[in-house]
Amino acid sequence: MTVQSAPLVDIRQLEKRFDLSGSFLEQLQFRNGRFTRHQEYVHAINGVDLQVHRGEALCVVGESGCGKSTVARTIMGLLTPSGGEVHYDGERIDQLNGREVLPYRRKMQMIFQNPYASLNPRMTIQQTLEEPVCFHHPAWSKAEVRDQVQDVMQSVGIDPDWGVRYAHEFSGGQRQRISIARALAVDPEFIVADEPISALDVSIQAQVLNLLMDAQESRGLTYLFITHDLAVVEHFGTRVAVMYLGTVCELADTKTLFASPRHPYTQALLSAIPRLEDDRPNHIRLHGEVSTPVNLPSGCVFHERCPYANERCKQEVPRLIGSDTGGQVACHAVQEGRL
Amino acid sequence: MALLEVNNLDVRFAVRGGDLQALQSISFSLDKGERLGLVGESGAGKSVAAFSILKLIAQPGYIAGGEVLFEGRNLSAMSERELRQIRGNRIAMIFQDPMMTLNPVLTVGTQMVEALKAHRRISTRAARDIALKKLQKVSIPSPDKRLDQYPHELSGGMRQRVIIAIALLLDPDIIIADEPTTALDVTIQAEIMALLLALCEQDNVALMLITHDLGLVSQVTQRMLVMYSGRIIEQGPTKEIINDAQHPYTQGLINALPQMGEPGRRLYQIPGSMPSLSRIPPGCPFHPRCPFVTDECRQTMPEYVQSGNVDVACYEVSKLIEQENRAPEVTP
Repeated sequence: MTVQSAPLVDIRQLEKRFDLSGSFLEQLQFRNGRFTRHQEYVHAINGVDLQVHRGEALCVVGESGCGKSTVARTIMGLLTPSGGEVHYDGERIDQLNGREVLPYRRKMQMIFQNPYASLNPRMTIQQTLEEPVCFHHPAWSKAEVRDQVQDVMQSVGIDPDWGVRYAHEFSGGQRQRISIARALAVDPEFIVADEPISALDVSIQAQVLNLLMDAQESRGLTYLFITHDLAVVEHFGTRVAVMYLGTVCELADTKTLFASPRHPYTQALLSAIPRLEDDRPNHIRLHGEVSTPVNLPSGCVFHERCPYANERCKQEVPRLIGSDTGGQVACHAVQEGRL
Repeated sequence: MALLEVNNLDVRFAVRGGDLQALQSISFSLDKGERLGLVGESGAGKSVAAFSILKLIAQPGYIAGGEVLFEGRNLSAMSERELRQIRGNRIAMIFQDPMMTLNPVLTVGTQMVEALKAHRRISTRAARDIALKKLQKVSIPSPDKRLDQYPHELSGGMRQRVIIAIALLLDPDIIIADEPTTALDVTIQAEIMALLLALCEQDNVALMLITHDLGLVSQVTQRMLVMYSGRIIEQGPTKEIINDAQHPYTQGLINALPQMGEPGRRLYQIPGSMPSLSRIPPGCPFHPRCPFVTDECRQTMPEYVQSGNVDVACYEVSKLIEQENRAPEVTP
């Protein structure tokens, strides 16, 4: 990895909790003859540090419920963090008000998972694509806006003549192209793609992935790519962050991570992908299932399923520390040399 | 004789403006204890194929032709009453979403006992014992407790285990699994698949696995069918197809997988997308996306040709085979 001084996006000790307990009256419980106040939180992200460097594609992988989408949404400002900071290009952006954050909104765009839900069914494609351009460039003339939209439609392989059609007239792959076009329409620098291909068929996935890579090359984009598909990560990512229950357990260059995964969870995850080459499932069996983020386990979040867990893992939260392979691992066993 | 034989099955959906051909002349067979994979993109007709085996397609779908033979008996000619003796009993199904298949207002135990009593004359207590044994078999932690729990109290992986236990309840000969692990996370998926495989092997149960995941099919099945627009375009031993796919569509599907490409490079992509049932082009349905398309492809659907142990429906492949036969072994 090339050494760059200032990361484009820098999140520090990010935390996000969701309150489950409802209003004050709903929190009251009557137990053993006494009223008690009972509050419950989903601990979606617990102290995540990530840096995204210019021009790279940082992939965040993990199973459902591990907080990867919450990280994406918090960076985009769609959710307010419960703790920690989000910096963009050296500026802290998580505390800005609506007007102050506007210039950043133009630079940061998001692509969502389900193109059936993320496009407004009552707007034509032309309207869908013009809306962000008009909003971020209020001074532009109609012709300028139209030119911009036509350019961007061409660049994603959608015929500009189709602008008069509605989203339901397109197939899933084409819709995802349109939502990519919408993100690109305001010439962003940084794109957060939240599972952009998982709702698509295999042959369409390749088309969309190619489009994302082409856009990265021609526009010099930086990606934060959220996915659960490790094969895609191996192909697409510059670096990978593996998340488990709201914490990053391993962060490394894609090559390093796939060649020598260090964290026991990463190892299990990698061995679980069905591949074409090998004949038999030969995966590392994990015991049990992911615990809920409501009652986080003490110590290392993974210790309940980890074959290498000992007393220390049950009590002390491991920190992300550089490992001998050049990546960063949060695991006591790796740090103590037990693994 | 094969355990299950499907011959020239035609399934149509009667809609306004004519019939939609969902399956066209599907033929395949399944032996006892065999594992067969059914691969294709969404809308290819994989699920319709599975459902129509048990005559489970609802209006406006209907079986327009062909037959399904189970142990030599024609399922498509059977009455509902006779079919009920087969469904769940001899041929069981596992569906994609475990939350949709389990009844949310009944406990796991009630549902299992219900299924057992529908097919066998046994007491509730005996049925509960069998249910408990099956739950132990799918290695659910504390199975006796699970019997009295409701589906929502179980996690996704656990629910799918319950579903597998229910499928195995009556010791079926065939399990049809329609995307059994798609709704699950990878680590859970691997575990569930390993479990399903072990149980099928143990009892010599035939497994028909419907999926879009080529990796999974290559690991689990012995033979596979590739479907496109309601037709089987290629079928044969899984290894042969994965290592050396003949049909341009299958080749495209395999080459489009990110793991086949060099990291950071463009992936191979099949242009366009699968036509909807109402717009299936004449001739080979794949021809608008095919790199080897000729006039012949645009007019008539190709017949199956044999290449190795694989049956392929493609003019290009049959041409290649002819050339090989005409000029065998040109030594340089």
